[in-house]
Amino acid sequence: MFVLSGYEYFLGFLIISSLVPVVALGASKLLRPASAGPASRTTYESGCEPIGGAWIQFNIRYYMFALVFVIFDVETVFLYPWAVAFHKLGLLGFVEALIFIAILVVGLVYAWRKGALEWS
Amino acid sequence: MNPGIDLQGSFVRALIDLGLPSGVAKTVWLPLPMLLMLVVATVSIFICVWLERKISAGAQQRIGPEYVGPIGALQAVADGVKLIFKADITPAKSDPWLFAIGPAIVVIPVFLSFLIVPFGQNLVITDLGIGIFLWIALSSIAPIGFLMAGYSSNNKYSLLGGLRAAAQSISYEIPLALSVLAVVLMTNGLSTIDIVNQQSGYGFLGWNIWRQPVGFVIFWISALAECERLPFDLPEAEEELVAGYQTEYTGMKFGLFYVGSYVNLMLSALIVSVLYLGGWSFPIPVETITGLLGVSESAPVVQLLSASLGIVMTLIKAYLLVFLTILLRWTVPRVRIDQLLDLGWKFLLPVSLVNLLLTAGLKLTFPFAFGG
Repeated sequence: MFVLSGYEYFLGFLIISSLVPVVALGASKLLRPASAGPASRTTYESGCEPIGGAWIQFNIRYYMFALVFVIFDVETVFLYPWAVAFHKLGLLGFVEALIFIAILVVGLVYAWRKGALEWS
Repeated sequence: MNPGIDLQGSFVRALIDLGLPSGVAKTVWLPLPMLLMLVVATVSIFICVWLERKISAGAQQRIGPEYVGPIGALQAVADGVKLIFKADITPAKSDPWLFAIGPAIVVIPVFLSFLIVPFGQNLVITDLGIGIFLWIALSSIAPIGFLMAGYSSNNKYSLLGGLRAAAQSISYEIPLALSVLAVVLMTNGLSTIDIVNQQSGYGFLGWNIWRQPVGFVIFWISALAECERLPFDLPEAEEELVAGYQTEYTGMKFGLFYVGSYVNLMLSALIVSVLYLGGWSFPIPVETITGLLGVSESAPVVQLLSASLGIVMTLIKAYLLVFLTILLRWTVPRVRIDQLLDLGWKFLLPVSLVNLLLTAGLKLTFPFAFGG
């Protein structure tokens, strides 16, 4: 139970902060005028007639970045417990983290050399 | 360490003295700090918007807002009222559900992060064990909202803007988390209260900015990118993408994005001041001042005064950072998207890893200076 103490505040604050968009949109719903007709609901494309939709297949280019991100994000999650307990681990903990990070740096260098971090 | 004032304890005791059972008294207390924090966050939007307009005007040798309220201070309130009265347009070809949920997903985590922002020894909603990690976790929810908004609009500008916003957020998330990690390493804990206490004692010389100068710069750059501030405002680069993922939004839904971005700016400034600038601690330690004046540190008046000045201190540091951000906006040109990703992945990420290992090494060599 010690680990979960204080989380009733989290739940309460989640509810209270969820009320922010609800209250803002609710107040606006009561006060705003009705929509200005079908012409206002067309897609904006710099004043021209929109050509085609946006839900098409295209090269989003960020896919490789997203994959590399997952690897490094998991790495940081693993490093957090290490950082909190580091004062008890001493030199051995330092060496272990060094090896762990070195393996991931090899991965980063590989992705870099393979061109996964290139825009073109 | 100065125990500070226990507002919760005194409030609950006062209610129990009035004859309420202790369970009820605690439940009555529960929403009060949250509502207060919500008000603080909302007022900070108005201050930030006003600062942004006035400083921008100053940078461009204009006067800026001056008619609404004294020195234009109520301009942001007028803007908000205008947005509430605006017609709400959902594009005919959009996905109405995702379109409506998108802004809420962006704005809720930002407000929720105020849960762990401390303004004093006991002036925090709750001192969670995971502390700063909660903020990192919550800050990765916003990109989902950007993607939802961008995709659901069924507009080419929105889609590109949403994808850019998500790519930018995830690229700068890792340097951000790694530079926080170096601070955590020195604190031996994740709690924001512990992080500030670890820095207090030697006045401004004890602040983390001296022990983590590289981490501070990395964190600052990444926080700017996470807030989508210039020079990193690519997702809404108006010359290229109209307004990015916000293009199709009107009225209060647009207002929520606006609120989200300014609260996020304020939140980042507060977090920087907690992590690197000693939070509520004074540039000169309270012990030294009380020693010079010859008063006891535990006297009620001194405690009250130091707690109130601690809040002011936190806010001064945060607004100084907000001021710097706004000046930066008019100083640095916008980067290109490939430059942005290069900076994140090929520079900040390796540098932050080295910074982390360096901190760990220094902690082993000089345990006293780096938090034992």
